[in-house]
Amino acid sequence: MDFDQRLHNVTIIGAAGKMGSGISLLLAAEMAKAKNRPENKGSSYRLNLIDIKDEAMDGLWNYMQAQLTKIGEKSTVFLRDMYKNRENLVENFDIIPQFVSDALSVIRMGTDLNMAKNSKVIFEAVLENKDLKVDLLKKLDSLCPDDTLYLTNTSSIPINVLNDEANLGGRIIGFHFYNPPVVQRLAELISCDKTTSELKEFSNELAKRLRKVIVPANDIAGFIGNGHFLRDGLYAISEAKRLAGDFTLAGGIYVMDKVSRDLLVRPMGIFQLIDYVGVDVYQCISETVDSYIEGEDLKDDLLQKMVDKKVLGGQMADGSQKDGFLKYEKGRPAGVYDLDKSEYKMFDPDGWSGEVDRKLGEYPDGFYPWRKLLIDLKKNDKLSGFFNNLKSTDTLGAKLALAYLKNSKEIGQKLVDSKVANSAEDVNAVLLNGFYHLYGPINNYI
Amino acid sequence: MKRPKKKVYATCGFNTISLGTGRREFHPKKPRPGLEYYIQEAGKGVIAQMNDPENIDEGVIGNFMAARFNKQGNLAALIPTIHPSLEFKPHTRVEGACGSGGLALLTSVKSIASELSDVVLTIGVEVQNTYKAIYGADILGGAGHYLSQRKNGHAYFFPGQFSDRAGACYDKFGYEHMRKGMACWYKQAVENARRNPKAQEYHNTAEDLFALGMTPPNPKVFVDHLNVYDCSKVSDGASALLFCSEEGLKKIGIDKKDAIEVVGFGIAVADVTKLPEDLTIMDTTKKAVEKAYNMSGLGPQDIGVLELHDCFTIGGILALEATGFCKYGEASGFVQDGKTNFNSEISTNSTGGLIGFGHYTGGTGVRQAADCVHQLTEKAGNCQVKLNPDKPYALMISMGGNDRTVTAMIFRRAE
Ligand SMILES: NC(=O)c1ccc[n+]([C@@H]2O[C@H](COP(=O)([O-])OP(=O)(O)OC[C@H]3O[C@@H](n4cnc5c(N)ncnc54)[C@H](O)[C@@H]3O)[C@@H](O)[C@H]2O)c1
Repeated sequence: MDFDQRLHNVTIIGAAGKMGSGISLLLAAEMAKAKNRPENKGSSYRLNLIDIKDEAMDGLWNYMQAQLTKIGEKSTVFLRDMYKNRENLVENFDIIPQFVSDALSVIRMGTDLNMAKNSKVIFEAVLENKDLKVDLLKKLDSLCPDDTLYLTNTSSIPINVLNDEANLGGRIIGFHFYNPPVVQRLAELISCDKTTSELKEFSNELAKRLRKVIVPANDIAGFIGNGHFLRDGLYAISEAKRLAGDFTLAGGIYVMDKVSRDLLVRPMGIFQLIDYVGVDVYQCISETVDSYIEGEDLKDDLLQKMVDKKVLGGQMADGSQKDGFLKYEKGRPAGVYDLDKSEYKMFDPDGWSGEVDRKLGEYPDGFYPWRKLLIDLKKNDKLSGFFNNLKSTDTLGAKLALAYLKNSKEIGQKLVDSKVANSAEDVNAVLLNGFYHLYGPINNYI
Repeated sequence: MKRPKKKVYATCGFNTISLGTGRREFHPKKPRPGLEYYIQEAGKGVIAQMNDPENIDEGVIGNFMAARFNKQGNLAALIPTIHPSLEFKPHTRVEGACGSGGLALLTSVKSIASELSDVVLTIGVEVQNTYKAIYGADILGGAGHYLSQRKNGHAYFFPGQFSDRAGACYDKFGYEHMRKGMACWYKQAVENARRNPKAQEYHNTAEDLFALGMTPPNPKVFVDHLNVYDCSKVSDGASALLFCSEEGLKKIGIDKKDAIEVVGFGIAVADVTKLPEDLTIMDTTKKAVEKAYNMSGLGPQDIGVLELHDCFTIGGILALEATGFCKYGEASGFVQDGKTNFNSEISTNSTGGLIGFGHYTGGTGVRQAADCVHQLTEKAGNCQVKLNPDKPYALMISMGGNDRTVTAMIFRRAE
């Protein structure tokens, strides 16, 4: 069965979730485009969006409508060409709403798994829980045609475990989008030994159509992206604890967040990133990966303590950041959680945080924030200059940053050595495209 | 048109800030001032420089597309909101796409020249940030011919039109050569804008402007032959000034040294249903300028202050040829040699031009005239160019559509 035939009927399970809704959006847009190709004229397209949360469906519909409009506004050049034979569609004002309505018209929403029964492709994006995923995959396999392909968005569960336990005979692959799937260019593609070649080809073609950068990862829990992120975060937590003697734990978290953002020139600090992903999600990834990987401790009690206090981060419905390790005001960190007191300690440039900043020392010459360098055509030279200065700077901040860079590089190298990634380039590609770093962890700066 | 028998003066120029991306106070999701605010702000800015606004005989307002951008027509009837003394006076709205401002100037000049009025308040306004750029492109597309051009036009219709001009120039004069000139034009525009606190690019801190200007065009996300730096941005703003007769100046208590005199003008309008014959030439602009030169007996050698309609870098470059400052094909090199820079051979768009200052489309022509008042009366602040007594004239071009509706005007300080 060729790619286009499969695309006629697709199902997303967990469609109301963060990842599910994004994947739904990408697929709806793609199906609207397919529907408008002359050779597909008159044939029907179906995108079934299934979730157990019925009450989330209205929100999902509004989200799809608003986001499809944005997609239409960004791809108007393409859409004008697509609709070039439609005399009545003249202005962008005519074309964009037509695209939105074409995309929405392929969608059926509901809570009933039976809706999936004619699907040839199923995306699974429910909670990160192995038993739930296996159970659903089994049910679907008994409902759907024998040759239906399954794409799972799991962050940490090995694909072969899902394949074996759900008995899918290789009709499953890890198609790991990054959050949010519409914006993030990267997808990690994880085959297990039994994944069929048809499914691999289908996935590559799909990635191409969705204009995603594909990095292949091997079937080892955590894969590349979370493999790096998890260890990078655990390192920051251990450093924060080590610094607690001088700075208190909250101070240590403040320090590591700041160092990882500013002196490593990353888009956000490590604790902000954990909050962005969700402290509970991060904790879950940590538990899962830890259970599959031997000889390495990939857990930390601090995470459980935060989860117990229900300080979880994650995003509000409107996409704004919820408080987690850090407290946010206007989207920017403004305080840090104090576990002992169960309250936020607000940053105070004239008081404690100013004091900590002084102890970290001045930033070396050549420092530019991430945002500035992002659009700088000479960013590599500037980074190289800055990191050179960093190496010869004798401040606490510089020392912490250097150790952090070295650790990040070691993590990257280990992903290659343990065959999670096929090459250093692949590791770097994931951090560049999925995490928006300006440089890969395996680099010559240090 | 014949040379007016009466002298016509302009004075009391005022510009609002050009608001849009680039200005720190601009936030696309926050509420912003509307059409009424800008008209009033500009009008009041003029009135503050004169004595009694009761002396204003009539108002003329240039605007392109408020009917779509702001869902507002009948703009002449917003003029009385500026001041009670303007109620029940004769006001007119004129439209000629992005050249609406130029038409507002011309309409005012006619009123003075015909002795129907002694003092005309001339305003130009556009408030365009009401729509995202992709829809704004449709609205601005109205400057071309909807029926025959829009369906097959680019999503970004006008960038598409000038991209075709740039493409034709690349073919004729070489890509590198043209692109360098366009990048230098962008650099100059932003550098000039950094001297002008009201300019949209006033806050621009980019280090290597030339490198940005050299960004290769990306047809997948934008047009074939232009990058975003080649384009003026979406702007909200208004400008205003007064046109007066000699008696008018006396009535409003303005000394001649604070006024400029209109010494020549020309207007040329080309068929909007047709596309330019040769994309490497702006022949309508050329016609309008020739008329202004003929009326005044002047030529490029007499001009010390130049205001060109650079809605796109390529438009600025082609206009240098159409106004006679360069021969055909030589403008890109002229710009690369820095000859249009601030206080160089011919100071061009010293307050930033459309790319640096901003381009509130229907108001731009009035903004240019207000800036000519400031320059020639030496009130341009940080943007003030050194005036050369051998070249005491200012020339401005206001262009609507793809070189369709063009007004040229030449001024000198009144004496
Ligand atoms: N959030 C991320 O950054 C991220 C990134 C990459 C991959 N992932 C992975 O994607 C998957 C989904 O994560 P998420 O962050 O979108 O979670 P989420 O909690 O936002 O969404 C999960 C959705 O699944 C639904 N669901 C639960 N049980 C269901 C069932 N039995 N049938 C149908 N729907 C059911 C829930 O109602 C919810 O809407 C996980 O495997 C996660 O590891 C997440």
